[in-house]
Amino acid sequence: MKAKIIVMPKKAVLDPQGKTVQSALEHMGYSGITAVHVGKYLEIELDGADKETARRQLNEAAHKFLSNPVIEDYKLEIE
Amino acid sequence: MNFAVLQFPASNCDQDAIHAIRLLGHSARYVWHKENSLGAADAVVVPGGFSYGDYLRCGAIARFSPVMQAVQQFAANGGWVIGICNGFQVLTEAGMLPGALVRNRDLQFHCEHIHLKTLAADTPFTNQIPAGKPLRIPIAHGEGCYFADDETLALLKSDNRILWQYCDANGEPTDVANPNGSLLNIAGICNERRNVAGLMPHPERACEPLLGSADGRWIFESMIAALQDKLAKAA
Repeated sequence: MKAKIIVMPKKAVLDPQGKTVQSALEHMGYSGITAVHVGKYLEIELDGADKETARRQLNEAAHKFLSNPVIEDYKLEIE
Repeated sequence: MNFAVLQFPASNCDQDAIHAIRLLGHSARYVWHKENSLGAADAVVVPGGFSYGDYLRCGAIARFSPVMQAVQQFAANGGWVIGICNGFQVLTEAGMLPGALVRNRDLQFHCEHIHLKTLAADTPFTNQIPAGKPLRIPIAHGEGCYFADDETLALLKSDNRILWQYCDANGEPTDVANPNGSLLNIAGICNERRNVAGLMPHPERACEPLLGSADGRWIFESMIAALQDKLAKAA
């Protein structure tokens, strides 16, 4: 089983990295880009087949450790 | 006074903290991150550095180390804890201080002397700082931009828990004097009980004129004076 977690900065948090990437893209001639946000992507490999147990555990881990709820939101997918 | 200075893998300001405290005539010893106990300590310093390589987020892994469980307990019992730079990040990750430290607004690592305005004198960390004196202290961080939601910022303000703001040489907290984009120019705060504080600047690197400034002494002197005061009251 594989879990995918995407961690993104909250909208209210300054994202200078996203802004810098956006301006670099514009500088390279890519037009029409209105915003860039830079986050993190984690792939977690798990034993077992019970998706619901894995989801519960990983939601807890994502909230407690893998993301910081003060500044980040996350999205969890299990396949 | 006995200071416990924590050591995580990749702490790098632990020795500076020990040196500064001993220079002031007090005792300090290292406490390894795998320890479950702080021993007999009057105060804890969570030092600067790059604990656990700053992997995932600065301070995110250190907060789960065995020694941090002991620090949480120590603080819950009213013990004094000061987190410097990475130590501040560890304390916010641990939920011992509100908010978070994020990437500097210009994405640069800043290593320079800045000025600090002290806003509250009624804490164990600030009571000896001369009123109105901007402290000249170095910073060295890439992720020191203080962030908290509006509600938290309002609470910090109303409870007088913003201990230090970045300011210019005249003590004005201007935007130009803000090295990293911290909200409200916040350089350091304390918890509600006023026994846990964190700041991004490095007072331990500014405790003797040879290093360009001795203003950092006031912060350690405040903790020493607070202990003497506590002992006198207990006697």
